Amino acid sequence: MNHDPFSWGRPSDETYGTYNNTIASASPFPKMNTQQPIITGTSVISMKYNNGVIIAADNLGAYGSLLRFNDVERLIPVGKRTIVGVSGDVSDMQHIEQILSDLEIENNYDNSYADDEETLKPSYIFEYLSTLMYQRRSKMNPLWNAIIVAGVEDDKPFLKYVNLLGVTYSSPTLATGFGAHLAIPLLRRVIDREEDIESTNLELAEKTILESMKVLYYRDAHSSRKFSLAIIDKEQGLVFKKGLQVENMSWKFAKDIKGYGTQKV
Amino acid sequence: MTSIGTGYDLSNSVFSPDGRNFQVEYAVKAVENGATSVGIRCQDGVVFGVEKLITSPLLVPGKNRKIQTIDSHIGCVYSGLIPDGRHLVNRGRDEAASFKKIYHRPIPVDALADRLGQYVQAHTLYNSVRPFGITAIFGGVDDVKGPQLYMLEPNGSYWGYSGAATGKGRQSARAELEKLIAKHTKNIDINEDDTDNKTIQLKVRDAVKEIARIIYLAHEDNKEKEFEIEISWCSNEETQGKHKLVPKELLEEAVSFAKETLSHLEDSDDSDSDDDNNEGSATQDNEGDIVLE
Repeated sequence: MNHDPFSWGRPSDETYGTYNNTIASASPFPKMNTQQPIITGTSVISMKYNNGVIIAADNLGAYGSLLRFNDVERLIPVGKRTIVGVSGDVSDMQHIEQILSDLEIENNYDNSYADDEETLKPSYIFEYLSTLMYQRRSKMNPLWNAIIVAGVEDDKPFLKYVNLLGVTYSSPTLATGFGAHLAIPLLRRVIDREEDIESTNLELAEKTILESMKVLYYRDAHSSRKFSLAIIDKEQGLVFKKGLQVENMSWKFAKDIKGYGTQKV
Repeated sequence: MTSIGTGYDLSNSVFSPDGRNFQVEYAVKAVENGATSVGIRCQDGVVFGVEKLITSPLLVPGKNRKIQTIDSHIGCVYSGLIPDGRHLVNRGRDEAASFKKIYHRPIPVDALADRLGQYVQAHTLYNSVRPFGITAIFGGVDDVKGPQLYMLEPNGSYWGYSGAATGKGRQSARAELEKLIAKHTKNIDINEDDTDNKTIQLKVRDAVKEIARIIYLAHEDNKEKEFEIEISWCSNEETQGKHKLVPKELLEEAVSFAKETLSHLEDSDDSDSDDDNNEGSATQDNEGDIVLE
């Protein structure tokens, strides 16, 4: 008898020959969920200001380091007072987009004034998304995204973050992905603490965001020049600017960068 | 009704010898005594209106909505047994959601009409169910065929209309709709392609007033009963293709317009009296809906 526990309960090779794994086209794993994102969107950056919030994301869908799609809209409006900015896997983003649209339609069924007092508030949408993200990570099948929900609720700016691990947090300035390293320090130059929100107007906030988008385009290889920007202002409501471009760039610094490609250092 | 008592009216799924399905006909009776509902297909969208009889002074004015939304671009109103309508709308929502899940676009109005028609028709086939006691008017705007309006009857048949009315005041309402639509229709060859719905010159904003007028007029025979009016619309120009209640100010404007034209009519003593004042045989509850015996 073969005393190797690995062979217990199996047809013996001497009698039946070696088992052919391809018969059942069996995977070496019992089941496998998403291990990595495929088409990805890079950073989303956002900040509060005295009258609302501002959020921006570029329009690129990258396939690895290939700049594959250049017209991906990653800012999703939900109602008139919320924007959901999504980075990470684009197909998962599209799934979230669909869920949010269903959610909105269902909310509007029996709400006669769904434009104003009965509309979904940013906090409701965030609560829904954070629950969804945590539930999916607990099933070991995460939606591979980092999400920022931006909006105005009860005349106060709302800004919160949730990612594929179900981790949530809030801050007057928020960014996902590469932006969390590159843009946050720039945004914090303007708003470092809660108190700074009051002294920041829309003009300054927009300028800061545009400047950060420029820096991200300079330094993030998986970013595009074209981007979208949304402002949710407590007076003007939602202002959605699409097809913007990073302007006034200077690439002079590029010639001094050494240490890649075929150059002789 | 000579056939009552012959036994052929006890079940769906059984024809009478002269080829009628009595249960379905009784369902139509339930509709004929329901509150009046009206819909108009306009150049830029559709408008719905309904009469809401006030069954108790304790009901909160302006709440208790009757017009419902099936999908964000499709509205629905019905006369007859209200809970039957609620159920039909729920079914419509499921159909719209399933269409969107499969095809990633909003359900076209004609596709929804077909699905709801089949569902209602199925309720005339089985012994274990009764037919829907409602006639539903629904419609909206889609990007394939523009504004569309359908009326769905208890037997499951549905037709596209440029103006539809059902319920107690339907006859006077339909007469008014015919006049209104004739007045606003460009005189063109009937075979000419009208996919853009250009022949109807009426805009939803004006139709809102007309609907209020028509409902007030249709209510004339039922004068002793207090009522409220509810109007919704769905238009590319006014609501970005979404189905919504009309704003408060517009509703008030429409109601005062309706009251004014009606008082003019009474002054000239020229009111239309060509509508039905029969159907008094069935017992009604205080909502004007028929009570099934």
